[in-house]
Amino acid sequence: MALDKSEVEKIAQLARLHISEADAEEVANRITDILALIDQMQSVDTESVEPMAHPLDVVQRLRADTVTETDNRDELQTLAPEAQDGLYLVPKVLE
Amino acid sequence: MEWETVIGLEVHVSLSTKSKLFSGTASEFGAEPNTQANIFDLALPGTLPVFNEEALKMAVRFGLAIGAEIGERSVFDRKNYFYPDLPKGYQVTQLDFPTVGKGALTITLEDGTEKVIGVTRAHIEENAGKSLHEEFSGQSGIDLNRAGEPLLEIVSEPEITNAKEAVAYLKKLHSIVRYLDISDAIMAQGSMRCDVNVSIRPKGETELGTRTEIKNINSFRFVEKAINSEIIRQQEVIEDGGEVVQETRRYDANKDITTSMRSKEVANDYRYFPEPDLLPVVIDESFISAIKAELPELPDAKKERFMQEFSLSNYDAGVLTATREMAEYFEEVAKNCGDAKLAANWVTGDLLALLNKNDMEITESPIRSERLATLISRIKDNTISGKIAKTVFETMLEDDAGVDEIIEKKGLKQVTDTGEIEKLVDEVIANNPDQVQQLKDGKEQVLGFLVGQAMKLSQGKANPGQVNQLLREKIQ
Repeated sequence: MALDKSEVEKIAQLARLHISEADAEEVANRITDILALIDQMQSVDTESVEPMAHPLDVVQRLRADTVTETDNRDELQTLAPEAQDGLYLVPKVLE
Repeated sequence: MEWETVIGLEVHVSLSTKSKLFSGTASEFGAEPNTQANIFDLALPGTLPVFNEEALKMAVRFGLAIGAEIGERSVFDRKNYFYPDLPKGYQVTQLDFPTVGKGALTITLEDGTEKVIGVTRAHIEENAGKSLHEEFSGQSGIDLNRAGEPLLEIVSEPEITNAKEAVAYLKKLHSIVRYLDISDAIMAQGSMRCDVNVSIRPKGETELGTRTEIKNINSFRFVEKAINSEIIRQQEVIEDGGEVVQETRRYDANKDITTSMRSKEVANDYRYFPEPDLLPVVIDESFISAIKAELPELPDAKKERFMQEFSLSNYDAGVLTATREMAEYFEEVAKNCGDAKLAANWVTGDLLALLNKNDMEITESPIRSERLATLISRIKDNTISGKIAKTVFETMLEDDAGVDEIIEKKGLKQVTDTGEIEKLVDEVIANNPDQVQQLKDGKEQVLGFLVGQAMKLSQGKANPGQVNQLLREKIQ
């Protein structure tokens, strides 16, 4: 399965990645190679194999429902480019 | 053309755990912005999720309550999209292996008939934060207190056929999660939210029409209104020769219309994949049976019991079990006054009318259950008549004094003294010779009139039974 430039652009848009016109073709080739590897893997007969959701065959551990974190807002907001009235400010988002 | 409507609901309830779904940050409503948003909730690099056991138990509780299949193995997935109130850039949810599978619940329609609505699934996922667009010129303010709070998304089968059924379904869900004590489910605060999928098709058609989704409706009333206005809109579109577009819409309560949320609908592509930071969650039979053993009595079972134990009508039992608080209130009154039937009449009658008039919940009732029980006890032991009790009830709203004190203070005690009643009866006989004669001639209806006159004379305080008896004796 080969990927063309427009599909690369769509995937990049969904992932919010900027890929320049010049790089697009190279990226398309590399993804196509990866897809070829996947095709190859899919030719293996897995009929009797139970699909795994995780590479580790281990079960999730659970956490007791207790509050272990304290309020660090002031410290954490020094990491943000902008904050006001306790809110993190971002460029305006409206649908 | 005659149309029929197909509705499916996606309801999010916020699970009332102490901490968040994947972190030990507090998860309370109404905290100052971002005071419940720590390194994991902000998606700082290197942080990892640890699953909250209580959220899992709550989801299983819900599943058992609606007779659903419980997924012994559930898997978390990432749903990828970009929005500033979702710092990780993905929401952790359950796509193919939800914790709760197929179940069902029964709703009661207005005419009293029951209908079973299927629940397709219920999955655990995390909430997003909140964006505020108003006060910051050119910028949006982000509050991440809600980010990472546990949600249960409950998806119905498309088996709902009108707005009233949708509301009945939603109210039933509300009642169940509150009985289970897994969520406050307060729509106005967002701890219960509802997305509605609506489509219409010509009556008799088996294929589904194109549906629209109305997002984030925040009251029962608006759910009903939004659905009705959307049905009309879709009919008009089709009857004008157009086609319904699959899109997300929002309900504008002021104008009572739905409007498109996106002018150009970009097909959502969430690129789901299994969440590599979390392992599959596996629960065994003993985990499930321990939760089953702790399930409270649910609305349907309670209603059945009320009908059996207290000989209540289907309707009264339904009203009294609609919310857990209502049922508790009623049971307290019934237990303390020793007469369930009278208790049911008072709670569904005068009390409910009072609450409805003032737009109050039972928990806000100005009359506590013990006071109402005392009032009913005084009717039972003949201290006051049922009619006078209504006067006492009115007084109780303004006067915090004890029921007995009010009765005493206002001189409302029932007159049971035979001498006094005899005087009343004699007076009535003397004043109404014509009616007395009619009664003597066998016109039985007149007795009621004469009893009424005596009651009036006593300002309602005479014991009607005694009045009745004495009149009979004297007019032979």
